[in-house]
Amino acid sequence: MSIYADHAATTAMSEAAINAMTRCMKEEYGNPSSLYRIGQLAKETLEKAREEVASVINAEPREIYFTSGGSEADNQAIRSAALAGKKKGKTHIISSAFEHHAVLHTLNTLKLEGFDVTLLPVHENGIVRPEEVEAAIRPDTCLVTIMYANNEIGTIQPIREIGTVCHAHQVLFHTDAVQAVGPLAIDVKAENIDYLSASSHKFHGPKGVGFLYARKGVPLTSLIDGGAQERGRRAGTENLPGIVGMTTALKETVAEREAEAARLTVLRDRLITGLNEIPHSALNGDAEKRLPGNVNFCFEGIEGESLLLLLDEKGISASSGSACTSGSLDPSHVLLAIGRIHDVAHGSLRLTLGRENTPEDVEYIISAVKDVVAYLRGFSPVWRDLQNGKRPYIL
Amino acid sequence: MALYSEKVMDHFLHPRNVGVIEDADAVGEVGNAKCGDIMKMYLKIKDDVVEDVKFETFGCGSAIASSSMATEMIKGKPLSEVGKLTNQAVTKALDGLPAHKIHCSVLAEEAIKSALEDYEARKASKANA
Repeated sequence: MSIYADHAATTAMSEAAINAMTRCMKEEYGNPSSLYRIGQLAKETLEKAREEVASVINAEPREIYFTSGGSEADNQAIRSAALAGKKKGKTHIISSAFEHHAVLHTLNTLKLEGFDVTLLPVHENGIVRPEEVEAAIRPDTCLVTIMYANNEIGTIQPIREIGTVCHAHQVLFHTDAVQAVGPLAIDVKAENIDYLSASSHKFHGPKGVGFLYARKGVPLTSLIDGGAQERGRRAGTENLPGIVGMTTALKETVAEREAEAARLTVLRDRLITGLNEIPHSALNGDAEKRLPGNVNFCFEGIEGESLLLLLDEKGISASSGSACTSGSLDPSHVLLAIGRIHDVAHGSLRLTLGRENTPEDVEYIISAVKDVVAYLRGFSPVWRDLQNGKRPYIL
Repeated sequence: MALYSEKVMDHFLHPRNVGVIEDADAVGEVGNAKCGDIMKMYLKIKDDVVEDVKFETFGCGSAIASSSMATEMIKGKPLSEVGKLTNQAVTKALDGLPAHKIHCSVLAEEAIKSALEDYEARKASKANA
């Protein structure tokens, strides 16, 4: 038995993407910047990919910049808006407490450079409130950056409403959409998005490639100096095989999106119902406003790393927000942000379903998690204390 | 390349001496749930020898493996020897631990030390009674 249930971490490569990349590497090895025929052939492929990516999110091709992935896109968008803001004396940025580290760590660096950062609460349900975004906007606010869907608990943010608020106040709006591009239908124009970051390997494309959407006319500074690739906004010969693979995978994901979202929602809800049968456990994040494949639970009295290792022994690949899996002393900042206390946050499990998962997988996972949680509780001094009444139950 | 050595995985998957000794002569508990690690050791002691030992652990794979290994290393041993068990010895017996997991072996050493202190305290209070 082998069940991959960590699609938020990465996804298996699409066969079509592998084939398209192989063909590109063999036949289109030319440099898109070269003027001779094989160079121009590569250039054509590159620009066709740009058009296809743009059409998926209702952008113009010239608004798409290929990057090395989501982290680079996040860095570039945030730094660009910050730099432009600073020139006008605007050094305040609004974000949320449970952003990805690609955003949070960029903001930390900007704080050292004199920026003031407000991290909005995400509440128990893991959702940012647009009215709180509006209340936090100041005359010196240059950027709002709120993720589209959270990578750990899968909660989907009211992006359109936040975008509307930002535009009403003439503040730039970036969204880290790494988990959303693919599973969710996105329209950057209708949703008032100025910058959007995406990563290929989250939707069955290759690793090391992604894109940044930057609305025409918004500030965009290069992080890498050199040649004039990507309209001077990202130097370096384009990763054409990667871009071709990403585009192929994206088209495939979009073609099956609605049917796949409906299928995964059924599997997700069955998994949630099954895991809810475990006493003293709780779902993390809103039950409905979440990604179709995302399930995230806390189980009281156990620790997440040992849970993952035992699930791995049963053939299940999953993830946890436990400190022990991160190498730091604190559990996931996302779980802390939704109000889970340390003791409980250590016992978290993230299962993210995707293309290959079946209803049988879900039944197997439910039964395996039940067994493993019961086994670990069987020799947990915390569980004993909870049962003896020496420690109050939290969940 | 796995995260843990085969020894660690063996003790994690098949922990030795798991459980509780209801009439233990000494109990040691260290760590806290906030940090994600709690280890509890129960000792049965006769003629200054650890006759039996059991443990309960809330923690990661290496915490469980360290507890299991430590109990094996002290079972049947005189208290004089048990008190000298170091975390380095536990780590070595497990064929090593990742750098950020060394504290798990420290916890095992401390749990045993805490149990021995409990034993001494119980002896002292008996003598006074």
